Amino acid sequence: MLKICKINLRTFTNRHISRLIHNETNKNQEADFGFRKVKYEEKQTKVNEVFDSVAEKYDLMNDAMSFGLHRLWKNQFIQEIDPNPGMRLIDVAGGTGDITFRYLSYLKNLDSTKFEESQLPLVTVCDINDNMLSVGKNRSVKMKFKEQIVWKVGNAEKLVEENDNTYDVYTIAFGIRNCTNIENVVKEAYRVLKPGGRFMCLEFSKTNNPVFKRIYDFYSFQMIPVMGYMIANDWNSYQYLVESIRMFPSQDEFASLISDCGFRLVSYKNLSNGAVAIHSGFKF
Amino acid sequence: MRILTALRKDTSSFIKTNLAQRTVLTVGSGLLSIFDPHRDDMISAFGELTSFGVLSDLQRKMLNDPEGALILKEKPVINSKVLDLNKLATFPEKTFGKEYVEFLRINNITPDTRKPVRFIEDEEQAYVMQRYREIHDFTHCILGLKTNMLGEVTVKIFEAIQLDLPMCWLAGIFGMLRLGPKHTQVYLDQNLPWIIQNAKHSKPLINVYFEKYFEKNIDELRAELNLTILSPKINEFKD
Repeated sequence: MLKICKINLRTFTNRHISRLIHNETNKNQEADFGFRKVKYEEKQTKVNEVFDSVAEKYDLMNDAMSFGLHRLWKNQFIQEIDPNPGMRLIDVAGGTGDITFRYLSYLKNLDSTKFEESQLPLVTVCDINDNMLSVGKNRSVKMKFKEQIVWKVGNAEKLVEENDNTYDVYTIAFGIRNCTNIENVVKEAYRVLKPGGRFMCLEFSKTNNPVFKRIYDFYSFQMIPVMGYMIANDWNSYQYLVESIRMFPSQDEFASLISDCGFRLVSYKNLSNGAVAIHSGFKF
Repeated sequence: MRILTALRKDTSSFIKTNLAQRTVLTVGSGLLSIFDPHRDDMISAFGELTSFGVLSDLQRKMLNDPEGALILKEKPVINSKVLDLNKLATFPEKTFGKEYVEFLRINNITPDTRKPVRFIEDEEQAYVMQRYREIHDFTHCILGLKTNMLGEVTVKIFEAIQLDLPMCWLAGIFGMLRLGPKHTQVYLDQNLPWIIQNAKHSKPLINVYFEKYFEKNIDELRAELNLTILSPKINEFKD
């Protein structure tokens, strides 16, 4: 298994770098669905099917797979954003609402009067999958953030309902690797952000630590699909998940891409030995 | 000596696993089967993962019997698409086909509830496992046992003795512990001695091509298979 991973990594890296360099939209070609190749148009449907299947047990599986670490990563992500009262957020691929709820809690704790007085809605949550949004909506009622959030179905590559220069912050957490064309997503982010606005991405990335890498590879390829089957009765969706992580560009490659889309002061921060990274860019 | 046949390809229901994965899955599915009995996918997984070694013995047993060998050759499947249940319902009373359809109706079950075999790599052994699952209802019917807890435990012990699958033993023994006091008494006094005799002396049901006997009178079939039934009372599936 590990050997196959290494071979795939090598071919992936070569393939991916050439794709980034050429910057082509591969509409007539294929897209990566984990380690499998599917028709470009098919990827979205297939990803949708994955999330239809995982929606209900999504939060439970996140806790199980990351041993609760995903909570720390998301907390750190919000700290990095450092929101101020009145800042409007668009949380893309925001599904079950983890980032949104943390964002609103942070603002509320910062200054609860200003929070109550803020112009509504404060956050737009956008996701391609309706089931994930439903889970999020239910949670928002429990968390008492019903009024501050607008939930919309939408495609990160083409946010048709959003006007240019609208938002102060754009977040996409553990969502961008599921998109068919990453570059389009980043370009859309640039479009909908106000000048001075900030693009923030939290995503799985590449670890360089060789010891950690062996354990991480073993754990993610061998154990995660098994856990997915036991907890959520779904082996294939979690197999897709771990493969999609491997197919995502490295920290530097992704930073280059963000830069190429017009963002300035692009930087990244590694979490958990590089297993996860926070990328940031500003629109000036 | 292991009988080698084709390995299953990665089609939609088969999942290739290595030793580390199987270990974790065995423990996990075992625990989940006990704590969440509604997870029949976990029960199936546990059954498959604990069946190593036993399945090749079963395979050999089937090949050594002419009817069993025919089943392995033709690999019949049992589901509502293959079986014409409406036609069976028109058969005369006391035929196996009619009794079977009645059994399904009274217990409110269908032949479509069996999960596909996912973790067994050898194609023929995977079929043996599948066949064992699919004839479970026929076994109930021919033994005249209801699908309540008492009936299920009794059938499980029967299957355990005939097939020696670890899952059947576990289910039979632990199932017995979950019976209420009245049923436990009936089980120990009546069902257990009877089912042990039946299991030991009858033709192994895994070698019975049930689908060919639908028109036969059920009592004749029982006699041919060397099976007896209990007197109709707490066990008979017709009330």
